[in-house]
Amino acid sequence: MTTFTDWDIVRNLLLAARWTLLLSLAAFIGGGVLTIPLMLMRLSRRRWLKLGIRAYSNLFQGTPLLMQLFLAFFGLALFGIDVSPWLAAALALTLFTSAFLVDIWCGSIDALPKGQWEASRCLGLGFGQTLLRVMAPQAIRIAIAPTVGFSVQVIKGTALASIIGFIELTKAGAMLTNVTFQPFKVFGLVALGYFLMCYPLSHFSHYLEKKFHATDNH
Amino acid sequence: MTYQLNFLALWPYLPELLAGLWVTVMLTTVATAGGIAIGICGAAIRCSRYVWLSRLWGIYVELIRNTPFVVQLFFIVFGLPSLGLRMTAGEAALLAMLVNLGAYSTEIIRAGIQVTPKGQWEAGRVLGLSRGQVFLRVVLPPALARIYPALVSQCVIVMLGSSVVSQVSYEELTFAGSLIQSRTFLSFEVYLVVTLIYLALSLAMRQVLLRAGRLIFGGGLS
Repeated sequence: MTTFTDWDIVRNLLLAARWTLLLSLAAFIGGGVLTIPLMLMRLSRRRWLKLGIRAYSNLFQGTPLLMQLFLAFFGLALFGIDVSPWLAAALALTLFTSAFLVDIWCGSIDALPKGQWEASRCLGLGFGQTLLRVMAPQAIRIAIAPTVGFSVQVIKGTALASIIGFIELTKAGAMLTNVTFQPFKVFGLVALGYFLMCYPLSHFSHYLEKKFHATDNH
Repeated sequence: MTYQLNFLALWPYLPELLAGLWVTVMLTTVATAGGIAIGICGAAIRCSRYVWLSRLWGIYVELIRNTPFVVQLFFIVFGLPSLGLRMTAGEAALLAMLVNLGAYSTEIIRAGIQVTPKGQWEAGRVLGLSRGQVFLRVVLPPALARIYPALVSQCVIVMLGSSVVSQVSYEELTFAGSLIQSRTFLSFEVYLVVTLIYLALSLAMRQVLLRAGRLIFGGGLS
């Protein structure tokens, strides 16, 4: 039987925190990429497409992330795919992220005056050109603060991947508790780990909000 | 795909699901009411002149908002007993939800109070009301009406988050699902049904709370 010093606990948690970061990054980038086609569908003039995307985001926002993880984990297995917890977690968190980002990004575009679309189209710009050259640069200024703020939710969401057996910071904490019998210390350190990842992002989001809000109200 | 989904086999387990649903509803109701009450107290502290108390509460809010709910729950369930604080799973789950919603609602309500024009505080004071009276009777009601939709969203998030308390063996809806899963091995079907129940619950909860808001705040609700 090996004994765990404080440094062993911290070292193991740090190693596991890499997986939390990696999963967050995968979910955030995957979610961001998936959001682009979803956003185009929601901006299109076809009603059923719009409604479909709205239903999609309501579905993911109205159900627990834990259930989404379970469904991804057990659902993929039905198709005969050998699912690792990593794959299921990455898939569920990607879908989860895109469902929120599509709301944030479309909301930012909707917040711009509608006349800009019409003006750009009158000037002979296509849909893509209008979106990319006229709307996007302005919408990004509105969207950036809530997007960074949402990345905090993604990082916190990865903690649930521990429940389907993915070994990241929370799971490592639970395992270390089982061998050290020091739950107060271990989970305190786990919480500190998440705080160190999330707080800078929260703070940055707050800063961006102030910065862009101030320039809007000149 | 050769697998046939089998929902009919779940039918005999309806009472378990309903019992779980009831626990989730009760847990959410108490946590929502308590969490908003903590939030109002917290917002009062954050707006008070007791700088140190206000800062301390600010630290609590930031700590909770930047750590996952499941870690808070594990800390309460496994960490606190080592300090001699023993609780049942239900008490721990409720405590975790209260602590969590308390922090978020503090921040939401404070945001509503911050946009109140300073003149209202001054006018209230000039009319002979104490600071506490101005807060409760002049500043708070319109501030609550202003941020009510955001508060409702947060309460729904806390309800959805409550599925995590199944992990500490509290017998709510998700726990009922896991139990049925372990008996029938119909994992996907069970969790799909449970997910749909959560979806219905979140839609219903939003409607009920928004309607209650309209009754309480009248036309002032945006």
